[in-house]
Amino acid sequence: MLRFLVRRIVLGILVMWLITLAVFALFFIAPNDVARTLAGRQATPETVALIAHRLGLDQPIWKQYVDFVSRLLHGDLGYDYYHQTPVTQIIGAAIPITLSVVIGGAIIWLVMGVFNGVVSAVRPRSFIDRSLTVFSLFFYSMPTFLLGLLLLYFFYFRLTLRGITIFPAGGYAPLGEGPGQWVLHMVLPWFTLALVSAATYTRLTRASMLDVLGEDYVRTARSKGLSERRVVMRHAFRAAMTPIVTQFGIDVGALIGGVVVTEYVFSLPGLGKTAIDAINLQDLPVIIGIVLFASAAVVVANIVVDLFYAVLDPRVRLH
Amino acid sequence: MALLEVRDLSVSFHTPDGVVEAVRGLSYDVERGKTLAIVGESGSGKSVSTQTITGLTRGAQISGSALFNGNELLGASASTLQKVRGAQIGMIFQDPLSSLHPYYTVGWQIVEMIRAHRKETSKKAARARAAELLGLVGIPRASQRIDDFPHQFSGGMRQRVMIAMAMALDPALLIADEPTTALDVTVQAQVLEVMRTLQQEFDTAIILITHDLGVVAEMSDDVVVMYAGTVMEKAPRRTLFYLSHNPYTKGLLASLPARGGRRGRLTPILGTPPSLIDPSERCPFAPRCPSAFDRCWHERPRLDPVSHDAEHTSACWLPHDVAGGLDDPVPARGGSPVDVNPAPETQEESA
Repeated sequence: MLRFLVRRIVLGILVMWLITLAVFALFFIAPNDVARTLAGRQATPETVALIAHRLGLDQPIWKQYVDFVSRLLHGDLGYDYYHQTPVTQIIGAAIPITLSVVIGGAIIWLVMGVFNGVVSAVRPRSFIDRSLTVFSLFFYSMPTFLLGLLLLYFFYFRLTLRGITIFPAGGYAPLGEGPGQWVLHMVLPWFTLALVSAATYTRLTRASMLDVLGEDYVRTARSKGLSERRVVMRHAFRAAMTPIVTQFGIDVGALIGGVVVTEYVFSLPGLGKTAIDAINLQDLPVIIGIVLFASAAVVVANIVVDLFYAVLDPRVRLH
Repeated sequence: MALLEVRDLSVSFHTPDGVVEAVRGLSYDVERGKTLAIVGESGSGKSVSTQTITGLTRGAQISGSALFNGNELLGASASTLQKVRGAQIGMIFQDPLSSLHPYYTVGWQIVEMIRAHRKETSKKAARARAAELLGLVGIPRASQRIDDFPHQFSGGMRQRVMIAMAMALDPALLIADEPTTALDVTVQAQVLEVMRTLQQEFDTAIILITHDLGVVAEMSDDVVVMYAGTVMEKAPRRTLFYLSHNPYTKGLLASLPARGGRRGRLTPILGTPPSLIDPSERCPFAPRCPSAFDRCWHERPRLDPVSHDAEHTSACWLPHDVAGGLDDPVPARGGSPVDVNPAPETQEESA
C-alpha cells in the first residue's frame, strides 16, 4: 500500500514536471516578443533590451528554464504585468472563491445525483425512474451559462421586480464577514453548477447500482433475510460507490482550477474568471500560475481518489 | 407432512421476445433431514424453482403452492419471507467468490446473518458463534481467519464459509444451488462431506441442485430430474440409477464418462434443449428422444407411476409397467425404439 502511494506520488511529480515544461514553452518560446509587448509601441530598442535583460530573456533557454523552476520551487510565480502584484497573491485571493463554489456545488450535486440514482436503480423503468431521468437530462442538456442566466432571471430579477430581494445579482461575500451573506451569494452559483453535473451522477449511480444489484453477493444478502433497505445500502451501494468516487474526484479536481462559466455569469472573481481576464490581457505570469495550480489540483485529486479506493475496497489494500 | 411441499409450481417471465415459461407444473416433497436432488441441464428451471419458493425471483408470474412447515410461501408478504430466509431456509450458491461480499470480512457477514434474525444476540456472542461455525465447517485457525476477507480464502474454503453462514441459525432446510460446480473435484468431495456432516448433526433437510449425477449418487435420498421446466422423472436415488424409466434420465446416465478406466466414446444427448418461449403441447424432450413416437409430438406426458411404484414417477408415453436399468441398450438416435406399444392409458388409473 505504501509502495503504491509512493509510486503514485512520484508519478504525480513527473506529471507536474512535464507541465512546467509545457508552461515554460508557452511563456518564453511563444511567438510573441514578451519584452516588446511589455515595453509598448514607443519604446526604444534600449528599453526593450533592458526589459529582456531583467526578465532573463537574454540568457540561454536552458538557463531560463532552470531559473524558472527554481523560482517556482521557492513559491515565486513572478509578478503580473500590469500592477506588479505577486501572482501568488492574486491566486491566493481567488482560491477561496472558487473553492466556495466548487465545494458547495459538489455536495449538492453529489447528494442529488446519488440519491436520484439509487432511487432509479431500485425501481428501474418505473414512473419515478423515468421522471428522474427526464429531470436530470433536462438540466444536463442545458448550457451552464444559460442555466446560470435563467436562475438569475427568475431568482434575482423577477423577485426583485416584486420587491423581494433574497439573492444578490452576483459577486462574492467572504465567509469571514458572516456566513449568511456568503451563503446567499453562493446559492445560485451552487445550483447552476450542481444541476448541470447532477445528471452525470444520477446516470452513473443508476448504472452502477443496477450492475451491483445483479451481483451474486446481493442475492446472498437477500437470501440471508436482510431487510431490503439494508441489502440496497449496506451491500449494493457500498460496492456501487467506486466509480462514483472516481468521477467525483476527477470532477472536483478539474473544477478547483476554475469554474469558468459559473464564475463569469455570477461575477465571482475566482480562478476561472481571473484566468479568462488574464488571457484577455495577455498577462502571462497569471495565466501560468493558474495553469500550474489547476494541474496540481488535478494531480492531487487523482492521488486522493486512489487512496480512497484502498479505503473502499479491501482487495486494493493488500497490493 | 413433509417439511416442504411444492405443488404444481409454475413460473414465467415476460420478456421482449415473449413469455418464458421457466417452470411448468413442478411438484415435490422434501422430508425433514433428507436430501432431495434436483437434476437438470442449464436452463431447466432448477434454480428458478427454489429461488421462487424463497421469494428471490422478481418480476415473475407465479402459480401453485409451496407449503413450508405448513405455511404457504408463494404470495407470502415480503416481511414473512424475510423472516424465513436465512433463519429457516439457508442458501448456498454456485460461485462462492462472487456470492460473498468482497468488501466485508467473512466474520462480519456471518455476524450480520445472525443478528438480522436474533437481534438480542450481542455482537460479541454472534462473533463467537461465527468463529465456532467456521471451525465446524473445517476452516483451520477459524478464530484468526474470521477477520479475513473472502478473497483471502481458496475456493473450497469460501464455499465452507458460505455453508457456515447458511447454517448459522440452524435452518430446517438448506438449499444448495450447484454448491460444487465451481470447485475442483478433490475440493468438491470435501465440501459435500461438510454438508453431510452438518446435515446429520442438525437434522437439516437439503435441496441439492446440480447437474452432476456423481454428486447426486453421493448425497441424495430422492431425485427429481427436470427438463425444460418440467419434471421428467422422480424417484428414490437407487431406483433412479438402476431402474430409470425416462429416456431423458437414461440419456443423462449414459452420457456420464465410465469410471474405472473403461475408455470409449462418450454418449451425449444429441440436440439442444428447447426454447421455453411458448412451449408447445408435446413432450419437451421429443425432438431429442431416441424413443419418440407419434403421440410424443402431440400430447405432453403426465407424471405417472412406474411399475405401480408410487415413489417412482416418470413423464413419458413409453409403457410404465417395466422400468429399465442402466444395462438397457440406450438406442442411438434413429435406431429402433425400445418398445413403441402406445398403450400407456391403462397405467394411468394407478396415478
